[in-house]
Formats: sequence, structure tokens, C-alpha cells
Amino acid sequence: MVTHENGGGHGQHQPPSGFIRKYVFSIDHKVIGIQYLTLALFSVFLGMGLSLLMRLHLAWPNSHWFFFKGGLMTPEQYLALVTMHGTIMIFMVLTTAPQSGYGNYFLPIQIGAADMAFPVLNMLSFWTTFLSLMVMVAAFFVAGGAPIGGWTSYPTLSALGEITGPGQGAGETLWIVGLAIFCAASLMGALNFITTLIDLRAKGMTLGRLPLTCWTWLVTAILGLLAFGVLLAACILLLLDRIAGTSFFVPGGLVITDQVITWHKGGSPLLWQHLFWFFGHPEVYIAILPGMGVTSHLLSTFARKPVFGYRAMVGAVCGIGFLGFCVWGHHMFVSGMSPYSAFAFSILTMTIGVPSAIKTFNWLGTLWGGKIQFNCAMLFALGFVSLFVSGGLSGLFLAQPSLDLYLHDTYFVIAHFHLIMGVAAIFGMFGGAYFWFPKMFGRFLNEGLGKVHFWLTFIGVYCIFMPMHFLGLAGHPRRYFDSSAVTFLQKLQPVHVFITIGAIITISAQLLFLYNVIWSLIAGKEAKEENPWHATTLEWSIPSPPPHDNFGGLEPVVYHGPYEFSVPGASDDFIPQHLAPNLVRKA
Amino acid sequence: MLSRRLERGSTSVALAFVVFLVLMTVVTVYIFWAKTWWFPPAINDIGNEIDAQFMRTLLITGIVFVAAQLGLAYAIFKFRDQGQKAASFEGNNTMEIVWTVATIVLFVGLGLYARNAWAEVHFTDAAPGALQIEVTGQQFVWNFRYAGPDRKFGRVKPELVSASTGNPLGLDSTDPASKDDIVSPVIVVPSGREVELTIRSQDVTHSFFVRELRLKQDAVPGMEIHMHFTANDPGDYEIVCAQLCGLGHYRMHSILTVMSEADFEKWMKDQAAANQ
Repeated sequence: MVTHENGGGHGQHQPPSGFIRKYVFSIDHKVIGIQYLTLALFSVFLGMGLSLLMRLHLAWPNSHWFFFKGGLMTPEQYLALVTMHGTIMIFMVLTTAPQSGYGNYFLPIQIGAADMAFPVLNMLSFWTTFLSLMVMVAAFFVAGGAPIGGWTSYPTLSALGEITGPGQGAGETLWIVGLAIFCAASLMGALNFITTLIDLRAKGMTLGRLPLTCWTWLVTAILGLLAFGVLLAACILLLLDRIAGTSFFVPGGLVITDQVITWHKGGSPLLWQHLFWFFGHPEVYIAILPGMGVTSHLLSTFARKPVFGYRAMVGAVCGIGFLGFCVWGHHMFVSGMSPYSAFAFSILTMTIGVPSAIKTFNWLGTLWGGKIQFNCAMLFALGFVSLFVSGGLSGLFLAQPSLDLYLHDTYFVIAHFHLIMGVAAIFGMFGGAYFWFPKMFGRFLNEGLGKVHFWLTFIGVYCIFMPMHFLGLAGHPRRYFDSSAVTFLQKLQPVHVFITIGAIITISAQLLFLYNVIWSLIAGKEAKEENPWHATTLEWSIPSPPPHDNFGGLEPVVYHGPYEFSVPGASDDFIPQHLAPNLVRKA
Repeated sequence: MLSRRLERGSTSVALAFVVFLVLMTVVTVYIFWAKTWWFPPAINDIGNEIDAQFMRTLLITGIVFVAAQLGLAYAIFKFRDQGQKAASFEGNNTMEIVWTVATIVLFVGLGLYARNAWAEVHFTDAAPGALQIEVTGQQFVWNFRYAGPDRKFGRVKPELVSASTGNPLGLDSTDPASKDDIVSPVIVVPSGREVELTIRSQDVTHSFFVRELRLKQDAVPGMEIHMHFTANDPGDYEIVCAQLCGLGHYRMHSILTVMSEADFEKWMKDQAAANQ
């Protein structure tokens, strides 16, 4: 049963006519999805630009660059880049694009709904996210600049104001406020996703017929609902410590540059770490799960084969979601937390490797015996599998406290999480972009440019992040402005140069993607057919781009599972979910 | 029906994948094998134990890494679209059970196996006679305090802290126990003798990291965290800060010197003399 909060539901099939209601404050999930993707696209280039500055400095620390005052970067500028790169990438790209962007656009369509359950709330959550981005970016422009405490913002560095360093005054306050606003936006989005998926599924769209993309969007939304509430609380407590004189995270007796801090006592810096990582670890899965869903979807579609072990895949997604809440302590092995809990967290963390391995086996199983087509969407999905394996296995080192004692806070960790939650997740999104672009805009992305984009990116990211493992093995701590003070770091400089060259190539390839998007929107090959990929899910049963209410006022009925490819006895190698059984052509 | 698109299962794309995945795997495995960039030799027993666990983990993950990347390359090449009909199987419960159980045994087993190295550092306290040294992190230096002949650390007071006048820890000179305390910007320990560190911070969170000991421990404001080790090999080893502590994080650096017991006693005497 499909009902809408904006009155009547089936009465309204026309889009609003004014520009503002249609494109700015729109309540259409498709427009909002594109708004989120645009925000993420802006943010990813911003975040990447910041990382380029870091990489240039790390490779050639004594070279002069015209964009720095006096030509040289300062330590506080470097740490501001560290903080803002991480923050923008994790929140504004990895949380928004996979879930709020693609999820918003395709979840309602894939389940056969005319819109999200709460369209106005949907609009509100986008504009709240937008506000949050503005507040965070504003941190660059206040006195002292952006915060230097990293995206994890550990107190007491983050709790005491400017006295602990430049950027820790107004910049840090804006950062916390921006993050709190982001939490609120994500909570709204999560509620909307869960309600939509539970309530608005078309007739016949049982849970067992949900595309894996929808499963991952659902589990991600549940993770978001449980995790962002905790981060919101933590942000508010930290803000109170800073502006209201409370001491949640600050103990007594501190002395900073010879000044005694008399107005705080009784707090615990570890409390922040527990709250932050209770959010922070599920956040990793918030970033990667939708990418897993898209990858499963693409592998099946372009291997022309059913997903191998659909139920195991759903079970693995739920298992990862559940275990994701039980492992936050593995970020705190060196924090001074009880060594007994560390050991428990370690075993739980090793356990989460199991559903991840199940997914990898099933992806290979999906390809096995298939008829693999190499379009750009599929290339990125295949790249995802390779990156997921490479990035995931290093987790088995970090999950063991005895090994983490050495590797913690070194480049090994940077390599691990960038490969898995950064690059693999982004590969899922690129796969989605090449796959869904024709549906969203009625034109294909250029496949030739896309192939160049894929290969440069795939090779480039391995050149960036594989060597970082070795920097970590050599003991290179992360968040280091330069290597000047530490002897053993100096012979690692050639590795930094190599990584930076990889970064320049990778980033150039992303400009190619941006060009492809803009060029294809204007002059890309038109997607005349509804279903150019011969795919099965409901978005391919409607025109490209879809009409305002998706299904033209009709209620789709679902008869098939999501991945009925190469079914014996059928003449086509795919059976769309909405095709009535008597219309399936026999071979 | 729809027109056949170009490059559906292009052999060249499949080959490119095979070449890249094989090359990436071989290069990665080679660099691990050759230990081109590696940790320095450990100077304590626990370090060697940790290294052994590292190698066990590397072996298992290495096998999985090679098998998965090459398996992916094989599948991509073997099953590229050449006009064949795709298989229609939807899964295999036996295989699901086999690889689920196998990964549980492998991963959780590895985790349980790692218990010893962790337990030795953290589940047991230092022996009663261990040399006591207090480690204090502050933006952006390390200070190390020895209790002196009385084996008692004197009182410190935050309001007495003054790095500029040479009292970085705020040692209270009215406390008799503080008279013989030795404060040093480097840490010197005798080889073969157990040392217990009490790690604290005066301002923000730092992290005490010595690669050759395979040990890292955050210095957390408001907490006193204990860590113990026995260094066997004399030499100088670098100490770095591993937890972001502000703009001077990268230069928060000191030296751990391991020397013979006799040299250590002499060093202590020199320090005490300088303290008078």
C-alpha cells in the first residue's frame, strides 16, 4: 500500500512547476538524490585537493608552492589539511554519496514506491547536510584556521580551545557544530530510509526479492540511526566542555605551556574515545555496505548470472551490521583501556572478518561460470573486489592487539582504511555512476573516457596505498608534518615521492571523470531504451529519466527475484522483476 | 532485439586485468618477502614473539591475498563473454558452510593465538624489583623521571610546572622525596633488567612509541598507565610520539639508550651529581 504524507498520494502526478520547488527545495527523492550526489561530488574534489596539498608537501617538503604564504606549508596548515580532508571525505562523501545520494534516488524505485515515506523530511535532511558542510568549511576562514586535531578530534587537544594550538579555537568549535548538524541530518535520513523500505514496498516485493542494494541501504540506515545519535551526544558534550565549563572529557591538574587549567576536573579523555568509536566503527560500514550492495548487483548483472548465495549475502550484510557495533574497542588498544576488554574486542574483530570473507567468496562465485561483460560499471565492480580483499586483509593484523602495538597510528592504518573504506567504497560509487547515469539523465557516460578513468584510477590507488603499508612496517607515524626530527624516517623519503606521483596521476584521472560527467550530460549518447543493460530490477522498467512519480501512477507488481539471469528455459538471459510469469518468453 | 554492444567480453580488457592483478600481487609479495622496508630487529623477547605472530599472520593473509587476487584474475579471463551461455546456479550451501567454518577457525584461531604476546605485556605486572621510571608527555617533549636512591618519586604540583625555569614536571622541592629525583629528557635503562614505566601526560594525549621494543602506549591526561619491558641489546633507539598532540607532534622525539648495568650505574651517579 503506497501512501504519501503530502496528501492523497495518488492524486499528485505532476511535478511542481516553479524552479525553486522543482530543483532547490524539492521533495522529489530523485532531485534530492541528485542534490546529495552533487554535494558529494563537490566535496570529493575539495577533499582530494586538500590531500594533494598534503602529498606535495610530504614528497618535497622544502619546495616552495605559490599557494602558501611565504611559499612553505606550516605544521598547523598541514594538520588542518589532515583534519579537513578526513572530515570532508568521511562525512560529506562516503556517508552521503553511497547512502543518501544513490539510496535516495534508487531505493524507492527499486522497491516500486513513488517517493520516500517522508518527502518533506527528506528535503530537510538534505538542506541540513548542506548547512553542515557550510559550517565545517567556514572553519577554514576564521581566525586560527581549521582545527588541527584530526577527524577523531580527541580531547583534551580538542576540548580546551586555542591554548592547545592554532585552529583549536573558533575553527574547532565550528567543526563540532558542523558535525552535530550532520548527525541530525543523518538521523532524519536514516528514519526515512527504514520507514520507506519497510512500508512502501510494491506488491510482491518480499524481503527475499529485495535487490542486494536495498538490503545494504536498509542495514546502513539502521547503523546510521544507532550510531549518529551517539556521535551527536558526544559532540554536544564536547561543545559543553568548551563553552560551558563542564568537564566530561577533561581531567583536573592539566598544565598547558606552563599555564595551569584550573576550571576543569574529573573528566575522562577515554570517554570521548568510547563514544566516538562506538559511532566511528559502524561508520566504516556505513561507508562500505552500499558499495558492497552495488558491487553484488553489478557483478550479477554483467556476469549474466544470479548472485551466488543471495541468502548468505543478506546474512553477511546483517552480520557485518551487528558485529560492527561490537568492535569499536579495536581502535583503542593503545589507549590505556583494560587489556582484558582489548582481548575481547580483538576476538570480536577477527570474527567480523568472517562475513567479509563470505562476501568475497560469493562475489567470486557469482563470476564463476558467468558471461562477463566489460563495461565501465563492471570494471569498477571488479576493481572493488580486488581492493576489498587488499584492504580487508590488513585488518587481520590491526585486529590483534599485540601487532597493533606496533602498527597503531602508523601509515599501515592509513593504507588499510583508505583501501577498504575509502577507495573500495568510491569504486562502488563509480560503478553505480556508470551503471545508473543513463537512467538518471537519459544519456550514457562515455565508455571510452570511462575506461581510461578506470585504469588510471585502479593502478593509481594501488600505487598510493600499497606502499603505505611499508611505511607503516618501518614505523612511520601518521599525521607527521615532516620527517626532519626523526632519523629513521629520513630514508623513507623516496617512498613518499612515489606515493605522491601516484596521487597526482589518480587525481588527474578524476578530472577526466568530471569532464566525462559534464560532457555526457550535454552530449552523451542518448539512452533510448528503458533497459539498455538488460537488467532486472524495477528502475529499468520505467523511462529514462523516470517521470515525477516514478511509475506514472501505476503500482508495479513484482513476480521475480532480483537476479534472475540466464534462467534455463527462458529465451532472454534476464527476467525483469515486474514481468508477469505468463509473459516470460520460452526458449 | 537490442543491438549487440561493443566490447562485451573483450579479450584485451580481460588480459589487462590478468596482467595488472598478477603484477600487483607479485610486486606486493616480493616487497614483503625481500623485507625492503621492514621493522628494525627487536631488542626484547616479547618483540621477537610479536614478530613471530606477525609472520604467522602474514603467511595466512598472504595466502588468502594471492589466492583471491589470482582467483579473481582467472575468473575474469576464463568467463569473459565470448558468446557462451552463462551458468544458472544460485549458490551452494555446502560451500557456504565450508568457507564460513574455515574462516572462523582461521581468523578466530589466529586471534586466540595472539593472546600470549599481548598477555605478557598487559595481563601481568612488572616484577617487584623492576626499575621504576616515570614518563611524562607534554607539548612537545618527553621527560623521564627516576626516583633516585630513596626509590620514591617526590610530589609534583601542576602550579609549579615551569618548563622555562627548568622544572618541567612541577617537582615540589618541599617534599623530601623529591630531592633525589632525576629528571632527564632522554631515557636510559640497563640491559637485561626489567623496567616499569608509568606513563602520564600533562596536557593532551600523546603516545610513547619505541619501534625496537614493539611497544606503543598512549599517555592520557588524568591517567597513569603502566608498561614494562626488558631490553637486551645496548644501543640508542628513537622514541617518537604516535598520537596527534598538536602542531609540534612530528618533532616530539627522544632517545632510549640501553647500556650495561655498570654504565647505567655510572650514568645515574653523573645525573645525581649534576642534580646537586
